[in-house]
Amino acid sequence: MEPTSHLFPANVRAGLADPVLQRALGLARTGFPLRRQQAIERLPEFEDLREEGRRIKDHTLAHLDFYLELYEKNVVASGGTVHWARTAEEAREAVLGICRSVGARIVTKGKSMVAEEIALNEHLEKNGITPVETDLGEYIIQLRHEPPSHIIAPAIHLMKEQVADAFRAAHTELDPERALVDPRALCDEARTVLRPQFLAADVGITGANFLVAETGSSIIVTNEGNGDLTQTLPRVHIVVASLEKIVPTLEDAATLLRLLARSATGQEFSSYTTLSTGPRRPGDLDGPDQYHVVLLDNGRTALLGGEFQDMLRCLRCAACLNHCPVYAAVGGHAYGWVYPGPMGAVLTPALVGLHEAGHLPNASTFCGRCESVCPVKIPLPKMMRSWREREFAQRMSPVAYRSGVRLWAWVAMRPALYHPMVEMKARLLGWLGKTHGRFRSMPLAGGWTLGRDMPAPEGRSFHSLWAERRRARGPR
Amino acid sequence: MTTAREDILAGIRRALRRGPVPAEAVSGLVDRIAAHRRNLIPARAAGLDRAARIDLFVAMAEEVQTTVARVAATEAIPAEVARYLAAENLPAELVMAPDPGLAAIPWEGRPLLTIRRGRAEPGDAVSLTPCLAGIAETGTLMLVSGAQTPTTLNFLPDTHIVVVRAGQVVASYEDGWDLVRARSAGSEDAWPRTINLITGPSRTGDIEQRIQLGAHGPRRLHIVLVDEPKAGNGPPAG
Repeated sequence: MEPTSHLFPANVRAGLADPVLQRALGLARTGFPLRRQQAIERLPEFEDLREEGRRIKDHTLAHLDFYLELYEKNVVASGGTVHWARTAEEAREAVLGICRSVGARIVTKGKSMVAEEIALNEHLEKNGITPVETDLGEYIIQLRHEPPSHIIAPAIHLMKEQVADAFRAAHTELDPERALVDPRALCDEARTVLRPQFLAADVGITGANFLVAETGSSIIVTNEGNGDLTQTLPRVHIVVASLEKIVPTLEDAATLLRLLARSATGQEFSSYTTLSTGPRRPGDLDGPDQYHVVLLDNGRTALLGGEFQDMLRCLRCAACLNHCPVYAAVGGHAYGWVYPGPMGAVLTPALVGLHEAGHLPNASTFCGRCESVCPVKIPLPKMMRSWREREFAQRMSPVAYRSGVRLWAWVAMRPALYHPMVEMKARLLGWLGKTHGRFRSMPLAGGWTLGRDMPAPEGRSFHSLWAERRRARGPR
Repeated sequence: MTTAREDILAGIRRALRRGPVPAEAVSGLVDRIAAHRRNLIPARAAGLDRAARIDLFVAMAEEVQTTVARVAATEAIPAEVARYLAAENLPAELVMAPDPGLAAIPWEGRPLLTIRRGRAEPGDAVSLTPCLAGIAETGTLMLVSGAQTPTTLNFLPDTHIVVVRAGQVVASYEDGWDLVRARSAGSEDAWPRTINLITGPSRTGDIEQRIQLGAHGPRRLHIVLVDEPKAGNGPPAG
C-alpha cells in the first residue's frame, strides 16, 4: 500500500475524534496487557527466555548469509523452491508468476504482514486473480477496503456493528433479515461463507513466523486454523516471508515460540503452530503439489551492521503496540502504513524513508514500556531517538523546532547562564501557577497544551534545591 | 546482470563488513546445527515423573477447552468415542486416519459406529486421528502428515478426536522434535510435509477481542488418553 505516514498529525486528529475507534481501543488497552502479564507470571523463566531469544536472533543476523544459503539448500532438498526478491515489486512478480503458471483464478490467503507490505492483493486483482483473505480480521478489513490497524488483530479498530454492516453489504445472497447481533453469529457467518473459498482456491498464500535453516521449514502460528486450510487444500502453497525470519534450528524456534504467544495474546501457546517442509510426499493423501517460498529483502539487509540492526530481531508479536500510550490513543491507521506503534515508528522510516515517515519516531513519550515488554529486547526508544537525530542532522525538521533546539543547546552548554535562567523560570511559573497548580495554556507552547495541562513547578529548580541540600549537610 | 540472490547475499556481507563466512567459522555453525543443543527449557514440565507429566498434559489441555477422557486400555476406545459422540449430539459417523494403530482397535464391537478411512472431505463432521506426541508443557498435540495421517483430518471436520497413548506424553517441544528426527532417520521421504502442534480447538478474538471457538478449524477437540503403556513408542519415562 502507498504510505500516508506524512499525514500523521491529521490522522491523529481524526483518530482522537472518532468515537467508534476510541471505544474499540478502550477494549484493547486493558485486555492485551493484562493477559500478557498473567501469562508471564506463570512462567518464571520468561526473563531468561527473553535474553536467549535476543541471543538467538543476534547470532542468526551475524551469520545471515550462511543460514539463508543453508535454508535454501534444505528447501530445495525437500522439493520446494526459493524465490529471492530484492524489492516488493520482485516479490509481487514472483507470486504472480507462480499463480499464472498454474492458471490460478482464486487465491486464499492466511494473514501476512509481508503480503500487506508488498501490496499483494492489489497486484493480484489487477491481473485478474481474486485474493480471498481468510483470517477473520483480515477478511473484515478486505470487505471494508482498508488496511490492517494492528499487526496481529487487523480489525481491532472496529466494533461488532461495523462488522455486521460489512457482512450485510458483502453477503447479499444471505437473508437480509438475519440477526447479526453478536461476535458468535458473525464468526459463524464468516466460517460458512469462506469454507467454499478454501475448497475452490487454486493457490494458498501464507506468511511465516519463522523459517528454519536446519530443515528448510516455514512455521506459521495461528489460532483460527485458516492458515492451515489455506496451505493444505490448494494445489500450490506459496510462503511470502522476509529474510530475517530465519532461525538456525528447531530448538531455537522452540525458544522463540515460547516467547511469541505469551507476548502477543497472553496465550500459553497459540492454537496452531504448523511447520511446512516442501510439497506433499509420494503417497500423501493431501497437501499441495508445489511449495514455494518468496524471500523478501525490501531494505532489510541494509539495516545490518548499523544502528537499526536490532530491529531485525522483531517477532511481530505486537506487545509494543499493546503497551504503547500513543498507539492506544490514536490506533494503527494513523501511522499511515503497514506497521504501526513503536515497532512501526522504527521500521517504517527504514523501509519507506524518513521523508515519508519522519513523524512516527517523534510520536513517542519515551515512556519505555515498548522496550520493557519486547520479547527480544529491542531498544525501540533508543532507535526512535536515532531517527530524530538523523532528521535533525539532515535538516528535515521544521525551522522553528531546529532553531529552538539550537538556542536551548547553546544556553544549556553554559551553566553560568543556564542555572539562573531555570531558577528564575521555575520561580516565576511556580508563583503564577500557585492557585490552580497547572496551566491550561502556555505562550509558545499552544500546541503542547492543546491536549493537556502543564503542571506548575514547585517554584525552585532542581539545581538550587540540590545545592541547598549540599550546603545544609556541610562538607564531608 | 546479477541475480536477486547474489545481490542480497552480497548486500548482507557488505553490511556486515566481511566476505563469506570463513571456513573455520562455518564448521562451528555446522556443529551448532548438528548438535541441536537445547536452549533453556522451562522447569514446569521438564522435571516431572511420568504420572505428573501426564497430569500436567491433561490440565494444560483442559485449560484451553480441549476435552480429555482417560481410558484404561485400547479396548475401551470405541466405547469412549461412541459415548462422546452421543453426549455431544453428533452422528455416530466418522472419518478415521488410515493408520495401522487405529485399525488395530476393536471397532467391530461398535457396529453402529460408521467409519470411513482416508483424508477428510468437505461433508465430514467428525475425524479420528493418532498423534506422534502429547506435549505436557502446554497441553499441545503433535501430529505429523503422512500417507497414513492426512493433514485435512486435523482441520476440515467440526470435531477432531485424537488418540493419545500415555507413553507418548513428553515434556517439551524439544522432546517432540527428537521424536520426529528419530522417526525420519534413515527412511526415504524422511521428514513430513506438515507438523501440526495443536493446542485446543480453533478460536478467534478478532471481533471485540471476545474469544469464539471454531473460527475455521474444529470447534471441538477431544483427546482419548489411553493409560496403558505402549512398548517401543514414546520416550523413556522419568
